[in-house]
Amino acid sequence: MDLSAINPVLLIASLMVAATPLLLAALGELVVEKAGVLNLGVEGMMIVGAITGFAITVESGSPFLGFVASAIGGALLSLLFVVLTQFAQANQVASGLALTLFGLGLSALMGQSYVGVKPPSTPKLDIPVLSDLPVVGPILFGHDMVLYFGIALTAAVWALLKYSRVGLILRAVGENHDAAHALGYKVVRIRILAILFGGACAGLGGAYISLVRVPQWTEGMTAGVGWIALALVVFASWKPWRALLGAYLFGGVTVVQLNLQAAGVAIPVEYLAMSPYLITIIVLVILSADKSGAPAALGRNFHASR
Amino acid sequence: MKLTSLFASAAVALGLVAGAAAADTTKVGFVYVGPVGDGGWTYEHNKGRLAVEEAFGDKVETVYVESVPEGPDAERVMTQMALEGADLIFTTSFGYMDPTINVAKKFPNVKFEHATGYKQAENVSVYSARFYEGRAVQGHIAGNMTKSNIIGYIGSYPIPEVIRGINSAFIHARKVNPDVQFKIVWAYTWFDPAKEADAAKVLIEQGADVILQHTDSTAPQAAAQAAGNVVTFGQASDMSEYAPFPRVSSIIDDWAPYYIARTKAVMDGTWTSVSTWDGIGAGMVGIGEISDAVPADVKAEALALKDKLASGEYHAFTGPLKKQDGSDWLAAGETADDGTLAGMNFYVEGLEGDIPQ
Repeated sequence: MDLSAINPVLLIASLMVAATPLLLAALGELVVEKAGVLNLGVEGMMIVGAITGFAITVESGSPFLGFVASAIGGALLSLLFVVLTQFAQANQVASGLALTLFGLGLSALMGQSYVGVKPPSTPKLDIPVLSDLPVVGPILFGHDMVLYFGIALTAAVWALLKYSRVGLILRAVGENHDAAHALGYKVVRIRILAILFGGACAGLGGAYISLVRVPQWTEGMTAGVGWIALALVVFASWKPWRALLGAYLFGGVTVVQLNLQAAGVAIPVEYLAMSPYLITIIVLVILSADKSGAPAALGRNFHASR
Repeated sequence: MKLTSLFASAAVALGLVAGAAAADTTKVGFVYVGPVGDGGWTYEHNKGRLAVEEAFGDKVETVYVESVPEGPDAERVMTQMALEGADLIFTTSFGYMDPTINVAKKFPNVKFEHATGYKQAENVSVYSARFYEGRAVQGHIAGNMTKSNIIGYIGSYPIPEVIRGINSAFIHARKVNPDVQFKIVWAYTWFDPAKEADAAKVLIEQGADVILQHTDSTAPQAAAQAAGNVVTFGQASDMSEYAPFPRVSSIIDDWAPYYIARTKAVMDGTWTSVSTWDGIGAGMVGIGEISDAVPADVKAEALALKDKLASGEYHAFTGPLKKQDGSDWLAAGETADDGTLAGMNFYVEGLEGDIPQ
């Protein structure tokens, strides 16, 4: 065992990178669920975002354009979910699952000519003095913009839901769509916007995997992050900061366990491998002891005639 | 009513056509553990499938299902293939072993071929490649290339095939560089680019400047490329898009000749259950071009080693070798028998850490 081989600064810096796709996807889904919609298609929207962002970055040479495109790509795919659930009144669970399967297939098709291509690297923040600081530099000032955007988005979503009128309306739609409708709010329109936002966030998260974390395109490369994001929203009891905590915990323990393995720590690898799931669940379950429940109208379709 | 009966008769007619077609074409199914675009393991199996199609043209029909999880899902997929009239089914991952045996019992007339496993049956053959021969060449190059004397190894699952690879690479790295150390990380997946990239980054952060991988995607190659000074090897496929650096060589699986031969055997009715384990000599394991990033003398030695492995003059596990616990395994000059290799569940002396059980 040689724990000195683990560099805590690099560890924290890389756990932030590992957590960001999860955080982005979870934030998007959190808003969607707050509006009373259960979209199980996160994985599908992520992978479509991953290939859209990758393709546009390779073609245009600009990672910024790529990330914008990935958000648009994710949102476009979520439009399919909008049509199915908000207009055709289809079952949300089934539609979400269909979205994931469709997204996985579509992305494989779109990505056929991008296998083995190397994307232009995403620029990292480089503030002359700050980024060179010994410990704080690599942790706080050495990342790419999207990572900071993820943290900023957490704050924005939290503030929006908690303090703004828009947030109040969104929550009203999610808790009781009939009452919100009676008050004159456009339930369907609000939900559509929420779903599109969720799609855009998932797309961004996917592109973060294909452009920063891995960086390359491989079929099926999100490998279940979307599902973890879905679970994370529930365990975070629909609270943005807890989603951030959960994502960092999950990303953190994932990276830590690989570090421990490489350092030869004498803990059986099976325990290490399951530790990210276990620790994240335990911490978030303890936190959610305050009984904040799911949005009351979660997963229920709304039609004005009922 | 009329419309339905029309559809019904059309369906019957179609069924007859399909049935007639099935009589003189051989249907070959492939079950893949990852997507065909993984650039590694599954990609090569799919190349084998395409070779079968090319070799037999209209006489053969191939079907495949990709990204099939190891477990009950695999059984469902195989059953479906068998029900749809497949004559021969290749199941291409270690974890399909028991599902293959189970499904084979239910379909005695369908032939099954399971890759990298060890359970045979009347209608189940097993086949694998002696990847450890390629690992020996890899280890030789890796031991020469490392400056930090730390070689990172990304393992998938702790199964004999992977452990053989680790041992073989280690033995040959130590031979040329007695100070070399292996850091081994188990990813517990065959295919998860993000996790593989994380594992590679962790190993690099802990000082490894050579990364060997036994997982299927090219993500570790990308991580090494980003790090700049880290050497990698292509796994299962050439991964030449990362050549000449970081990828300096590779182990290539070439399944096409075997797949063609076995399909032919089914067509001729000469198929029997066999256990095939071919290496560099038979062409099932190829060594990808050693790039110019490797010094010329090392390259020459590696190629000489490859030739000796191919001709059978040298065995990758030749004594004197001890097990990790210091007990004797092979005496000087003795070579490992296939039985021990097939079930290998121990590290050789010098490797650190325990194999997860």
